Amino acid sequence: METPNLSYINSLSGGDKAFEKQLITIIKSEFPKEKDVYFKNIESDNFTEASENVHKIKHKISILGLEKSYAIAVDYENNLKTSNLEGKVDFETILQLITDYLVTL
Amino acid sequence: MDCIIIDDEATARAIIIQLCSNNCSLNILEEFSNAIQAIKYLNQNNIDLIFLDIHMPDFTGFDFIQTIKNPPKIILTTSDAQFAIEAFEYECIVDYLVKPIALPRFQKAIKKAEAKASKPIFSQSLSALEEEEATILYVNIDRRLIKIDIPSIYLIEAKGDYINVKTEDKNYTVHSTLKKIEDKLPDNLFLKIHRSYIINVHKIVDIEDNSVLIKKDVIPVSRSNRPELMKRLNLL
Repeated sequence: METPNLSYINSLSGGDKAFEKQLITIIKSEFPKEKDVYFKNIESDNFTEASENVHKIKHKISILGLEKSYAIAVDYENNLKTSNLEGKVDFETILQLITDYLVTL
Repeated sequence: MDCIIIDDEATARAIIIQLCSNNCSLNILEEFSNAIQAIKYLNQNNIDLIFLDIHMPDFTGFDFIQTIKNPPKIILTTSDAQFAIEAFEYECIVDYLVKPIALPRFQKAIKKAEAKASKPIFSQSLSALEEEEATILYVNIDRRLIKIDIPSIYLIEAKGDYINVKTEDKNYTVHSTLKKIEDKLPDNLFLKIHRSYIINVHKIVDIEDNSVLIKKDVIPVSRSNRPELMKRLNLL
């Protein structure tokens, strides 16, 4: 499994620690909400809406440098559009991975 | 340039603000989490450039563009590469950035916006006739200036000191270089896919491995140009 990292955020910041802190704060605030909405939509079989949630979350996956996970999210997003849940377990593992990582920041 | 950001994701907006902070010519006036708020703002304010997310709930970036009158320049920011072809059908769209956006790619997009901004008086005062002329190219062949309709060009190939311009109706051999004609062609329509070939991306029939079929011509795609070509495709 890949490890989340701050390479992209650091490349954006150019050493601006205030920006790094601000962006991480935003991600830490936004990600759990997006994750909750995703799980609610999955529980309610709202797969189209869930695919929208995955779409939004995948940007954060890429921001945290998870390239392979991003590809998994892209496939899962497309699968959900046809109510196909293939990739669900892998995607939700990624969500947990990010959740655990954000706690450390 | 006075700019606004429209993106329903706060993280994305923060990133664009940071990217803009590297360029003193950009002045972010407002950020919006939905397009409706932005439309209201645009009704009362003049803006030079919009950073616009395509994928937003209820009202997409394309809905937004079709709604506003006289849209300013727009740089699309999206996680989806598949809308690139559709995007370049809009005159106002300057560039198409796929998230996560890296600083060098962002700066390139800003240069494009600035280049377009440097000729507003010319472009805004174009009459219908002049707009039509903007799609026309004159080439010098045997001391005659021959008019070519730019959208009808499907392929340009380098042949030593000459270029061969292929159109729907006729082929023209012109004493010029690919570089010179590339500068005269609209970026949204044409793409250099090999050091010897420029193609009209709207005329692609199919793509196989490292070649493109345009009309009946099979054209090689160089490895370095392939990523840009793939970006332009509306891939399913």
